[in-house]
This record gives sequence, structure tokens and C-alpha cells, in this order.
Amino acid sequence: MPAVSTIITRMGDAATVEMTADELRRDIVEGSEAAAAKGKVPVLEEREVEYLVEMFTSPSRIWGVERGHEAILTKDGSTNTICSSRLSSGVCAPLNREAAVRLFETAFAFDTMEVGHTDYSVKPAKFLASLEAQHLDLLQHVTVLPLFYGFMPNLGLYYRPDGPYPNPSDLLPMGKIDEARAAQEEALEACREDVVWLSRQMIDVAADGINYDTVASTGDADFLATLQACEEISSTTDLPVEIGMAAEMVLGFHGELEYDGVRLAGLWPHQQLELVEKAGAAIFGPVVNTNTRKSCAWNVARAVTFVKAVTAKAKIPIHPNVGMGVGGVPTCEVVPADMVSRASAAMIEIGKADGL
Amino acid sequence: MGTGDPSGMGLAHALASSMGGIKTTGDLVARMQLNKMRLPEAKRYVADKLGVSLLDLSDSTVMRTLREDLDIGVVTAVPGLAKGLEAKARIAELLDIRINCVERMKEKIGAPLR
Repeated sequence: MPAVSTIITRMGDAATVEMTADELRRDIVEGSEAAAAKGKVPVLEEREVEYLVEMFTSPSRIWGVERGHEAILTKDGSTNTICSSRLSSGVCAPLNREAAVRLFETAFAFDTMEVGHTDYSVKPAKFLASLEAQHLDLLQHVTVLPLFYGFMPNLGLYYRPDGPYPNPSDLLPMGKIDEARAAQEEALEACREDVVWLSRQMIDVAADGINYDTVASTGDADFLATLQACEEISSTTDLPVEIGMAAEMVLGFHGELEYDGVRLAGLWPHQQLELVEKAGAAIFGPVVNTNTRKSCAWNVARAVTFVKAVTAKAKIPIHPNVGMGVGGVPTCEVVPADMVSRASAAMIEIGKADGL
Repeated sequence: MGTGDPSGMGLAHALASSMGGIKTTGDLVARMQLNKMRLPEAKRYVADKLGVSLLDLSDSTVMRTLREDLDIGVVTAVPGLAKGLEAKARIAELLDIRINCVERMKEKIGAPLR
């Protein structure tokens, strides 16, 4: 009896694994069904499953979109992958941020780029606002591509010991629900004010856009602070706002917060989109988390199923996050291009993303 | 996009699916997305303004020459062609859009000397 041929692919932690074509197909179908069950969104159509089967059974090292289907890249994390350390998968190249942005424009041919503080959170960045603005100002003179200023609201830094507000993670295990909620409500006000203030600093130096990244990393209060800040900036200035999420579902650390009458806890990407659009954002970046115990085929199928549900109803451009650990990309420090290029193409060809 | 080592993540996406920035018309289409246009609408808008096909938009062979003809910034180093803010001023006119730093430059140039 002849041996069944196998395909070399990867798991969600990037480890190499051999699977048969039937096993890959089953994973793709089950990945899509997993997203559909969680988000109550449609599963992939048969022709879409076929595309993913062809992609994952191909021995080709690199995959790509069809010519003419290319999309736009927006880059969160600024130049940290060049200038920072391993915390941002950075290589700490001996370049300043200006040189790195110009490399992204010319050597790497990125469609857009952004300036951001190395820490990337609004709380530490606001103290260096004039320096941050000066970097952006200088770069606007010498670059052609659209330049964002980017940062994370990162509400977690407003809680003790990093900030002045009681930490809900300390209060909740003690059963102090009301106190934990009150702390989040106070902290989100401070965070919202900082997000608005730092955004306005970048208007004076003519940013092309502002990128609120890793939004809702501290749950529903983080998301509310960001939506309110986006609404204020979008309604009072002509600065376009991009909102990129931290995870696929908004965690309910508070549990009762609402925006425009909609409870934030538990929202999935297609539901988040509706509120992001109401807040006036120009671009939305949904996230779908990678499961390291499942194959990349399963993860990509799950991710594009969620994203397809977002792009199907979006009025604004959708740029799903496809960095390490999200969007079907494996969770590992040095990500393999074979799987990144597959996740990349699938997001556009099947997910119908406007960019990444 | 997200994080990950530069060659494995950023460059992999750039090669697999990106429009190609100022090598092609990625920067121009991106500017229309900042005006809340979805990808097909943004591409059509730019193609119409440039008088090229949708396929041409991400064709570096076509666009390298056209960008030099239009003098809107090119990816390689060519002395004498529009750079940075100069190129963006021409892009704003070409696409009939407002670019913040171009508006600021106009204000600075037009402001009276004290």
C-alpha cells in the first residue's frame, strides 16, 4: 500500500508539522467553523476553502496575492522592529528613527509609515510630546508617503503600581467589584484626556493620521476611552484616526460600560466595527488571535472568517492585524515568511481586507 | 499590520500583498484610504486621476516612469526630481486632496515676516 504523501506546514507556534491534504482541508473547515460558532458569522464558502487548501498544500515557500489585488500596508509599532529590542521583535539596528522611516519608504517600499515612541504607550510618550512632534515634523519634510503618529492607549499603565488609580486586578479577587469598576471609570477618563492631548500635539506638525494601536488591551474601559477620544478628534479636527485592536474579543474587566448604548464587553470584530465607525475612525484594524495548539491552516481559516464578516459590512477601510500571534501568523519571536505570506494573501483574497 | 522581525514579518507582507509604496502608487491609494475610501474605490480614484489602468497602479515598471514624468517622487535616488514636501505638494494637486503638511507649508510661505 503506497504511503500517503504529506505536506510540510506549521503549527500556530511556528513548529514544522507534516499533514496530509485531507488533514489540512479538515483543519481549514474546522477553523472557519470555530470562528462562525464564536462570532455567529458565516463560514467560508467552498471556493474559499479550496483557495486555502491550494495555498497550504503548495510546497512553495512564499505565497502572494494575484497581480492587481495588492492592498495597503499601515505599520503599527513605528520603527521598533528596526530600532528597538526583542520586546518588539526589534533588531536594534544602529539607525535613528528618521533613518529607519526613510528605509521603510524606499528600501522596503511601504505604503505608509508612522512615528512612535519606543515604549509606544501614551502615558510615557506624552512627556516627550515635543520631541515626538519634532521627529514627525522633520520627517514630513523629507518623506512622500503618508505618515501617522502611533501609540497605545494602554489603560493598564494608569493603575498601581505604574499609575495613580487602584488596580482592578487587585480589587476583583477580593470581591470588590464596585471599587474595581470605579477605578476603571476614573482611569479611563485620564487615559482619554491623554490620548486626545497627544493626538492634538501631532496636528500642529501636520501628521497625516493618528494610529491608536493595541486598543482594548486592558478591556472594555480601554476600548471606551479610545472610542471617546476618536470621536473627539474626528469630530473636531480633520486628522484621520486608525483604530487597531489588541485581541479578537473585548474583555469585560468592567462589564457594564457602553458606547452609544452598546455594551462593550464581549464584542467580536464585526461588532467592534460598528462602534469604531460611529466614533468617526478612518481605518479599522480587527484582530483575530492565533491558537498555538492548532495548525496555521486552522488559524488562517479562522482569522479570515472573522475578517470577512467585518469587511462585508464595513464603510471604512479594514486593515486586519497580521503581526506575530494574530491574523493567522504564528506566535513566535522570529516569524517564518512562508506562513506570514500565506496569512497575508488570505486576508486580502478571502478576507477582502483593504490593507494590513 | 503588527509586530515581528523585519524580514520575516514586515517584508514578507510587503512582498506578498502590498501595493509597493512610492515604487508604484501605494502612497497615493493610502492617501485616499485616509479619506475613508475602501480599497476598490481608492484604486479607481487614483487610476482615473493618473489615467492608468487598475493593474498599472501596482506595476513598478509602469509607475517608475510615470512618477518621474509627473514629478511626484520616485523610489530611487534621482537628483533634481521632487523630494519630500515638494513631491507631496504636487500629489495634493494631482489627486485634488488636502495634505496637512502641504497646507502648513503654504501657511508658512504666506505668513508675513515679523
